Amino acid sequence: MMRVFTGVLLAAAISVCLAQEAPPAAEDPVLEKRVLTLSEELRCLVCQNQSLADSNADLAVDLRNQVREMMQQGKSDEQIREFMVARYGDFVLYNPPVKNATLLLWLGPFVLLVAAGAALFSYLRRRDRQLPAQALTEEERARARALLGESREER
Amino acid sequence: MTRFLIPLLVFVLIAVFLWIGLSLNPREVPSPLIDKPAPAFELPQLREPGGVIRTADLNGQVWLLNVFASWCTPCLEEHPHLVALAERGLVPIYGLNYKDGREAALKWLDRHGDPYTRIVVDREGRTGIEYGVYGVPETFVIDKSGVIRFKHIGPLTPEVLAEEIMPLVGRLQQ
Repeated sequence: MMRVFTGVLLAAAISVCLAQEAPPAAEDPVLEKRVLTLSEELRCLVCQNQSLADSNADLAVDLRNQVREMMQQGKSDEQIREFMVARYGDFVLYNPPVKNATLLLWLGPFVLLVAAGAALFSYLRRRDRQLPAQALTEEERARARALLGESREER
Repeated sequence: MTRFLIPLLVFVLIAVFLWIGLSLNPREVPSPLIDKPAPAFELPQLREPGGVIRTADLNGQVWLLNVFASWCTPCLEEHPHLVALAERGLVPIYGLNYKDGREAALKWLDRHGDPYTRIVVDREGRTGIEYGVYGVPETFVIDKSGVIRFKHIGPLTPEVLAEEIMPLVGRLQQ
């Protein structure tokens, strides 16, 4: 009984594997590579956090076909990007262009980095001033010497 | 004093940004098509096979373009509002049957009512791409000279119709 059950499970697993086999690639592997590279930087608007290349949503499949077709017509990557932006807006790009509306997005991290660096620098300076270097007492020196000496002997 | 003030300010700043950011709807992507001419199409009609509608035929009137499909569940949500709007006869509603089968679409309309003046068929979703459609249903307001003036993504609500679409249509019709 158990064996039959395992057999059925295996058969089911195999059929699932077969069913999920990748769709046949188009005739031209170079073109497919280009389609894939470009669709990786285009957003699938239905799933939003996946690229066109990753998504199997209906719209993503359609848009990949659109990209492929435009490439077959000899359109450049830039022209295809413009086509997508004209219809879906900058949001479709994973690399948004630098312009006034996106300036904060592009410069924000650097501004934060500089601000954090400045804050750290001034904090360290202030702490430095608050804690004047303290001279060691003779007793402490002796202890330090002993400790250092010991570790040297051990080697 | 500044020891507490600075973290407090930082906290308030972050809270405000999160408040704004989290209350925005990420599904509502501003369309770059607003105030641009509606992409031209020449599409077969659903009810009269062989009949064709061109965008140029529709110039000279304010019209709504509603993208729908029989497989689209949220379309059911807005459909009664569209039917009610059609009964008032204030503005022609053109339907774009998006990636649907003819039979399925006709059956769906029989069952839920047909608010559309005319319906065009976009079997492959090409026109949808031209209009930047990514979530059915979507509704466009197009003015007399064929310029897109407004776009609503997702199911129409009575509020959107009463507060945004109909006032805009009224202004455009003058």
